[in-house]
Amino acid sequence: MIAIIDYDAGNLASVARAVSHLGYANVVTRNVAEIRSADRIIFPGVGAAGSAMTSLKRLGMDAALHEAFLQGKPMLGICLGTQIIMGFSEENQTPCLGIIPGVVEAFSPDICDSDGKRLKIPQMGWNRIHIVRNHPVLNGLKEADEFYFVHGFYPVPAHSDHIVGTTRYGIQFASVVGYRNILATQFHLEKSGRPGLAMLNNFCQWMP
Amino acid sequence: MLSKRIIPCLDVREGRTTKGIKFKDNIDIGDPVEMARFYYENGADEIVFYDITASSDKRDIMIDVVRRVAETIFIPFSVGGGIRSVEDMRKVLLAGAEKVSINSAAILNPDLIAQGAKAFGNQCVVLGMDVKFTGKSSGIPSGYEMVINGGRKPMGIDALEWARMAESLGAGEICLNSIDADGTQDGYEIPLTAMISSHVSIPVIASGGAGKPEHLLDVLTRGCADAALIASMVHYGTYSIPEIKSFLHAGGVKVRNTW
Repeated sequence: MIAIIDYDAGNLASVARAVSHLGYANVVTRNVAEIRSADRIIFPGVGAAGSAMTSLKRLGMDAALHEAFLQGKPMLGICLGTQIIMGFSEENQTPCLGIIPGVVEAFSPDICDSDGKRLKIPQMGWNRIHIVRNHPVLNGLKEADEFYFVHGFYPVPAHSDHIVGTTRYGIQFASVVGYRNILATQFHLEKSGRPGLAMLNNFCQWMP
Repeated sequence: MLSKRIIPCLDVREGRTTKGIKFKDNIDIGDPVEMARFYYENGADEIVFYDITASSDKRDIMIDVVRRVAETIFIPFSVGGGIRSVEDMRKVLLAGAEKVSINSAAILNPDLIAQGAKAFGNQCVVLGMDVKFTGKSSGIPSGYEMVINGGRKPMGIDALEWARMAESLGAGEICLNSIDADGTQDGYEIPLTAMISSHVSIPVIASGGAGKPEHLLDVLTRGCADAALIASMVHYGTYSIPEIKSFLHAGGVKVRNTW
C-alpha cells in the first residue's frame, strides 16, 4: 500500500488518480498508523511552506515521516513536499523537516532568460531536466522529455551529491533531489503526461 | 528554458462540446472526455474547458465531466464559465481541475480573486479577461476596455489597470481574450497581448483569432504571450497540434515536442 500524505496542502486527488491509473493500491491519509503500515510514501503538496509545516506538526506527521525515512521506506516528494524535506525554507522563514540538508530559496525577481528578457515568477509550464546522477526512478527518461512546473521557490541541497537533476529557469536549480531512500521532484510528475507517469511507475517499483 | 504552451479550448454545454471535432478521417466526437484524451495524446500542453451551460440546474453535469477528464488525462486543465463563488471554485478543483477561470464574476466582485487565491493558492486562479478596443480616452487610458456578457456589455474599466489589480489581488495567470479578434481566425490581437504581458509578472495566455500557425508564432514572439489558446483551427482538423508545434519550433519558439 502506498500512503499519499494529506496535510491540508492542496488537492491530493490528482496524485492518487495517477497512482491508481498505474494500477497501484493507494490511500490518501493523515493517519499516523496508516503511514506506519504503508510500504511506500508519497509526499505531495502545493501552497506555502509555513502553513504546511504547521499542519504537519499539528497532525503529528513530522515524526512519522522521519521514522519512515529512517526505516528505509521508499519516499517520493513532489513540489512543496520536495521543499518541506529540506532543512529550512525562505518562504515564511520556515524550519522544515531536514531529511535532506539544505535550504529552499526564492527565485530572484530580476531573473532573465539567455536573451536578457525578464522571466515571470512563478515558473509555470513545461521545462526539461538535465540528469546529473543516474537514479532508478529516472530510468528510461530522455533529455528532451519535459515536466510541468508551478513554483516560485526551489531547493538548494547542501551537498551536491544530493542533486539528481537540474533545470534552467534564469538560473540552474536542483529540480530532482535524492538521498538514500527518498527522491523528490520540484515538478508535478502526476501532471507531466507520459514521462511523468513513467517516473511515478519507476518510483512505485523502486527498491532502494 | 520554459516551453510556450499550446492550449486547446473546448466549449461545453450540458456535458457535450458545442463544436464536435471533425478530424481528417471525418469522425465527429462531441464527448469532451474523448476530445480531451485526443488532445492529450497529441501534444496539448494543457486543456481549457469553458462551460456555456445556460441553466444553473444543469451545471452539475460539468462537475461530472471534470471528474471523468481528470481520470483520463495527466496534464493540467482548467475550467471556466459560470464560476461565481469560492464554493463553485472548490467544486471544480475537488473534481480534479488544476485551475479555475473567473471572468465577469471577478469584475463584479474583485474580492473573489483574493478569496480564491487564499483558499486554493494563486496558481489555481486564472483571470479570464474579455477585452474590446475603444481607443485611448481619459477613462480608458490603455485604449482597451473590459466587457462582459460575450462582449455586449462595456464595463468602463481599463483592461491594463484591471490586469494589474487582479495580479495584486492574487490571480496566478491571465487568459486574455480579444472580443474584436475572437472568431475571426485572422490572428490574435498583438498590441493588446504585448501590452498586458509586459506589464504583469504572471503568465498571459493569448486568446481569440487563431486561424493558422503563423498567428501563434506572432503572438508568442511579438505578442510576448506565454501560451496560446486555440479552438476551431484544430477542432475542425485544419491543423494538428504536432503540425503547429513543428512550425513554431522551426520559427525559433521553444515548445514541448515529446510527449
